[in-house]
Amino acid sequence: MAEPAAARVLLIDDEPPIRRLLRTALAAHGYTLIESSTGEDGLQQAATRLPDLVIVDLGLPDLDGVQVIRRLREWSTTPIIVLSARGQERDKVEALEAGADDYVSKPFGVGELVARMRVAWRHAARGLRDDEPVFVVGALKVDQSHRRVFVGEREVHLTPIEYRLLTTLVRHAGKVLTHDQLLKDVWGPPYVGQSHYARVYMAQLRRKLEQDPARPRYLLTEPGVGYRLVDE
Amino acid sequence: MDERRRDPEALLALAREEEARKHRGKLKVFFGSAPGVGKTYAMLEAAREQKTAGVDVVAGIVETHGRAETEALLDGIAILPRRDVEYRGTVLKEFDLDGALARRPALILVDELAHTNAPGGRHPKRWRDVLELLDAGIDVYATVNVQHLESLNDLVAQVTGIKVRETVPDSVLEQAEEVELIDLPAEDLRQRLKEGKVYVAEQAAEAVRNFFREGNLIALRELALRHTAERVDAQMQRYRREHAIGVTWPVTERVMVCVSPSPFAEALVRAGRRIATRLGASWVAAWVETPASARLPETARARVMDALRLAESLGAETVTLSGPKMSDEILAYARERNVSQIVIGKPARPLWKRLLFGSIVDALVRGSGEIDIHVISVEPAAPSTKRPRFRPRPTDPAAYGLAVGAVVVATGVAWAMFPRFELSNIVMVYLLSVVAVAVRTGRGPAAVASILSVAAFDFVFVPPYWTFAVSDSQYLVTFAVMLVVALVVSGLTVSIRAQAEAARERERRTSALYAMSKELASTRGIDALLEVAVRHLLDVFQGRLVILLPGADGRLEPRAERLAPFHLDPNDLAVSQWAYDHRQPAGVGTDNLPGAQMLFVPLVASRGVVGVLGMRLADPDLFETPDQRHLLEAFANQIALAVERGLLAEEAQSALVGIESERLRNTLLSSVSHDLRTPLAAITGGTSALLDHTTPLDEPARRELLLTMREEADRLNRLVQNLLEMTRLEAGMQVRKEWHPLEEPIGAALAHFGARLKGRPVTTTIPPDLPLVPLDPILIERVVANLVDNALKYTPAGSPIEISAGRDGDGVVVEVADRGPGLPSGDEGKVFDKFYRGIRSVTGSGLGLAICRGLVEAHGGRIDAVNRPGGGATFRFTLPVKESPPALDPVDG
Repeated sequence: MAEPAAARVLLIDDEPPIRRLLRTALAAHGYTLIESSTGEDGLQQAATRLPDLVIVDLGLPDLDGVQVIRRLREWSTTPIIVLSARGQERDKVEALEAGADDYVSKPFGVGELVARMRVAWRHAARGLRDDEPVFVVGALKVDQSHRRVFVGEREVHLTPIEYRLLTTLVRHAGKVLTHDQLLKDVWGPPYVGQSHYARVYMAQLRRKLEQDPARPRYLLTEPGVGYRLVDE
Repeated sequence: MDERRRDPEALLALAREEEARKHRGKLKVFFGSAPGVGKTYAMLEAAREQKTAGVDVVAGIVETHGRAETEALLDGIAILPRRDVEYRGTVLKEFDLDGALARRPALILVDELAHTNAPGGRHPKRWRDVLELLDAGIDVYATVNVQHLESLNDLVAQVTGIKVRETVPDSVLEQAEEVELIDLPAEDLRQRLKEGKVYVAEQAAEAVRNFFREGNLIALRELALRHTAERVDAQMQRYRREHAIGVTWPVTERVMVCVSPSPFAEALVRAGRRIATRLGASWVAAWVETPASARLPETARARVMDALRLAESLGAETVTLSGPKMSDEILAYARERNVSQIVIGKPARPLWKRLLFGSIVDALVRGSGEIDIHVISVEPAAPSTKRPRFRPRPTDPAAYGLAVGAVVVATGVAWAMFPRFELSNIVMVYLLSVVAVAVRTGRGPAAVASILSVAAFDFVFVPPYWTFAVSDSQYLVTFAVMLVVALVVSGLTVSIRAQAEAARERERRTSALYAMSKELASTRGIDALLEVAVRHLLDVFQGRLVILLPGADGRLEPRAERLAPFHLDPNDLAVSQWAYDHRQPAGVGTDNLPGAQMLFVPLVASRGVVGVLGMRLADPDLFETPDQRHLLEAFANQIALAVERGLLAEEAQSALVGIESERLRNTLLSSVSHDLRTPLAAITGGTSALLDHTTPLDEPARRELLLTMREEADRLNRLVQNLLEMTRLEAGMQVRKEWHPLEEPIGAALAHFGARLKGRPVTTTIPPDLPLVPLDPILIERVVANLVDNALKYTPAGSPIEISAGRDGDGVVVEVADRGPGLPSGDEGKVFDKFYRGIRSVTGSGLGLAICRGLVEAHGGRIDAVNRPGGGATFRFTLPVKESPPALDPVDG
């Protein structure tokens, strides 16, 4: 499915300027925009029009954006992207853990939004097939069938945890993962909340894989939210 | 009393009084000469009139004693339910003060002002309840008999032979707006008694008949009439004064009453008050402590204290003088205070003593000059039932041992001297030893020493030797003289020591007060003031202390608990609140809520009451003496003033802060409006150009405009973020610290700059072994971003930016260094001030660095800037790392 042709995108946002902007911008990419200005109406539209992707603004007048996501996720697996204000990291984390796929912070660039939409579609499609064994981005190559990792020509040796961490990120390449999601996946549910584990091991990974750990190319930090492995 | 005599400031005081009176309830007293004259009846009649006129009348407590005609008058008037009090197995029905205050009628009726309330009530006396009602703004009608008036109490006793114990201070009647005399001729009253129309308490009928003898009734009637007449006279004087009707201001009179330990002291005090009242003078009650008085038994001292306390309650100033001779001290004080009349009791000493030693009265008369001396003859008052209190005097057995030892030593010395010296010189040695003993110990050991010396001298040095016989009778004289000398010397030294002790005690207290005042004057901050106060109070008064100040919600809460940790139970708090509300001391030793465990003194300053001082004394009897209470009040005064000063200082401070933030707000507004308008201008300009059909724009030009607009939009975004951050900082932000590797916030900050860093070599140097740092990633990202932004703004394009991190003691340090023009020397610290922009006018709000400082300091770190050798500036900030990060489970290989 990667990206459905003439994809229909539902936008739930109460601010007319945002709707106006995306109407124009997304149409330029060939998407049809279905607009809704309240949470309740948006949920109805999602149920009746069955869009291919939903963009939800967290600051809705009637329902909490996170609630919209939760109710949507009760019956739908459609990709959800969240629009949030800068500085509301806790809300973003909550939204992601309620089931949103990714987020953009206002003010955002349309290109960024579209890129995330595409990543979300890619992952939705991949979920129906087996993962590809080899993941490549830039100079980074992860061969999951042989459990080997290369940066350019150089092979890098990772500890089991580091490897698990990397493969989790690979599995969600391009998407943001919260600390808790990583912890649950790599260490297990008892470790949820102890985010310094994730940070320490990410730091180790960065040192092993990045040329300049302070300016990473692949393993991006989303401050206050989590991490993202670049996929192109 | 005083008001008539003061200078025209009294008019101002009068005006203030009027003001206060408007808010206070009005008291009308129905004043009678004996029970049964019809006071309650008259009161009810007046009350009914008021009710008909529409006033809300409630009968607080009215004793009808079953008389039908009186009860009929109560009909239609709301009756306040009485309070049940259990006392010694019976249930008494008392006046419910709280109920009355809650009900808040316009007028309330209270019978029998002199009644003593059952224990457990707020006040021991009903007249105090009435005072509280008046304070609350409720008008009161009350009744009282003449024999219950404090100042007339002993006169009445003299006349009727019956001593009435329940008294009402004259001041209560003086406060009354109106006093209506209810009068009945004696025969009519006796007639009523016969008809059974007079209430009789459960006393023996005999005693009642005694009371109602015709002679008594006539005398009581005269007392009542005279008292009312005096009151009317006072009213007239006041009227004349208020209306400035040619009143010749009389010369200031002042009366001084000399209190003694005699049983007549209280009667003397009352007589003194009557004289003072009649003259319209202020009066002073004085007691002179002499060396002799140090040896008084406890009961005598207690009588003095009772008399002084009575005097105080009757409106006198009390003072304790000390000196060797009573009459000298009295006269000296009288001259100092311009006393015009001295009142003293008739001497009780037998004539021969008076002839031999002189009496005080004679001495006073001799030295009085122009002062009038009143010598009052009084009947003894009933013995006081108050508990005497006093310090026990020590009798130290070791002193006697010293006496014996001294004699032995003297004998030894004398023995050595005996061969070469005359007997008269030997005597001197013994004398010396006796004097030495007298100086160090009391009379007892000194007397013993002198007797032993005489005996030793006789035994050893007087022929016949080694016997107690005396061969030459002249030695008898020697013995006698030695004995007398010893006794006199010891007596003198003892009294000097006692005086010195008393003076030291007084000095100690005064200097404690002075020391506290001095220290308070130089202390700032209310809590510091309170600590100073508590410390000094603990020095002087032994016990536990607490100072309560009103908190934000107006309720009292304890302060300065560090030095005086105190647990106040709700009862104590209620008592303290009462003291605060009514501006009167409450608790043990006072007339308000005497059942409490503690004493609460309100701290009253010029603007009103600022708090309450509570004490639980080790020795609760300490406050029975007016002296100690005065001292405590003096301390409380000072503390109140200091607290008020502290409060005023705080107000001034917050006013200053208010002005300062006002100023900053204005600066911010003007800066912001400029900084917002510039990018907006670029954006609107660009868009209008793009939309304008008439202006031909080719593709590169359009692209240029669009790029500019995007840059300006970014700048606007940054500015808004800075403003938000600044607001959050000012409001006090919450820093959510978690353990982070430094490269994450640094990397995130750099990632945001994107294209702006193009063309700039940016290097990052972070050692891989740097520990995790507790920080809020969003905030530190902002700090780094602002520093980099600053570098980008102020340094030339293409010049490098170097970011590095490293250890700094226990914490870490991050440096952002550039190769730009550097900082103007001298301004290195100022760059972090709000709105500082440096010499070149560069766009930007000037908030960025201030925000950095705020955020770094919120983490507990420090930030500064220095110029670099070789050009450029380095901005560095440190973050503390106080503990190590939690250990990781070693699950990994």
